[in-house]
Amino acid sequence: MSLAVRVIPCLDVDAGRVVKGINFRDLRDAGDPVELASRYSSRGADELIFLDITASSSQRDTMFEVVSRTAAEVFIPLTVGGGVRSVADFELLLRAGADKVGVNTAAVGRPELIAEAAQRFGSQCVVVSVDARRAPAMSSGFEVTTHGGRRGAGMDALTWLAHAAELGAGEILLNSMDADGTENGFDAEMITAARELVSVPLIASGGAGAAADFPLAVAAGADAVLAASVFHFGQVSIDEVKQELAEAGYPVRRVPSTHGH
Amino acid sequence: MAAKPSVVVFDYGFGNVRSCENSLIRAGADATVSSDVDLAGSADGLVVPGVGAFAACMAGLRRAGGDEVVANRISAGQPVLGICVGMQIMFANGVEHGVDTAGLALWSGTVERLAAPVLPHMGWNTVVAPRSSQLFAGATEQRFYFVHSYAVRSWSESSTTRITTAEHGETFVAAVEDGPLWATQFHPEKSGVAGAQLLGNWLAEISK
Repeated sequence: MSLAVRVIPCLDVDAGRVVKGINFRDLRDAGDPVELASRYSSRGADELIFLDITASSSQRDTMFEVVSRTAAEVFIPLTVGGGVRSVADFELLLRAGADKVGVNTAAVGRPELIAEAAQRFGSQCVVVSVDARRAPAMSSGFEVTTHGGRRGAGMDALTWLAHAAELGAGEILLNSMDADGTENGFDAEMITAARELVSVPLIASGGAGAAADFPLAVAAGADAVLAASVFHFGQVSIDEVKQELAEAGYPVRRVPSTHGH
Repeated sequence: MAAKPSVVVFDYGFGNVRSCENSLIRAGADATVSSDVDLAGSADGLVVPGVGAFAACMAGLRRAGGDEVVANRISAGQPVLGICVGMQIMFANGVEHGVDTAGLALWSGTVERLAAPVLPHMGWNTVVAPRSSQLFAGATEQRFYFVHSYAVRSWSESSTTRITTAEHGETFVAAVEDGPLWATQFHPEKSGVAGAQLLGNWLAEISK
């Protein structure tokens, strides 16, 4: 395989500002999503994900402005998710400059949204995000959760992601709610179970604590690896992750040392 | 000619036109997004973007009068750059979900589903460019960002056409340079510094 394993930082954005500490020195404004996106891009991020966690609907429009400014300055793919409920939401984010749109809770409630968005804009921009946790009552052993992992959906997570792919998801972002925040590594078992069911690209998320965790997610079947806090707090750099991946024999993309402009 | 080449990113409802515009401006073009066929016809360079389904893009392009603009430009030797599905529709036809749709047929070849274990082919891949490539000058060792499930898998060589290939499950056409008509299956506007180098190479070519 020569397609590079994608390393993707995820930024939580609340009312236009990045939340969760970001620990880059020499940043003028550590809360500005555009500056951080640009920084991650120059440090080798292969894609970026903005997760809009804005609770107040009156402030949601700030995300469009953030996306538009990012797209004007950062020339790698940008996925935007969080609170996406309709085809109209897809359209607004894509128009603002997002390349892909992530959908989670709304698709669990109304799966046709996946098909509608894929039909209208193409599967390539529909990322279905699945927050799953271990649940012995489910036949696969994994259950879908919604609302940021706070509610069990009573739905088998693996059945759901296979259905999402059939409906037209171009990519699955699989987040382990058990591993999330533990820094004990990705849930390899869950990734492997998902890999066996779907042939769309799979982004593994949740649990990264050290650079050595990332190749294990790829060995389990992930096409891309996502992390948030370990990158933001400077515990692990994108370069270190790529070094580990390369040493494990996986292709990675090295950013050219020359910076245009 | 003005110092900066004028480029129109043709807006027919498909493709991330803003990203194309932004990256072309960054690469040194006087770029605008427009659906005006006169502007598209007279610019130094025309970019035809495209995402989603082949049939939908072709229908959209025809509705917007883009098929005639492209054909007129090519017969007059005026540069055109197709990106992603904007490249695919330059070929004779595309087959998606069993539906065979005619393309602009500026090149022979059929756009078909790739045989690969994971689709879409999504991410940064390497390419094999011919030594004579002008598009990839200074960037042959770089990776470029692809997002697609369909591609041209067989083609006929010609002495005037430079074909760059890539592999995902099988070998496919990643870029073509053929007189005034150049195209990439990947997204130079999303390929970071490497993509900027390519767009700069195209702008240098159309400024000649």
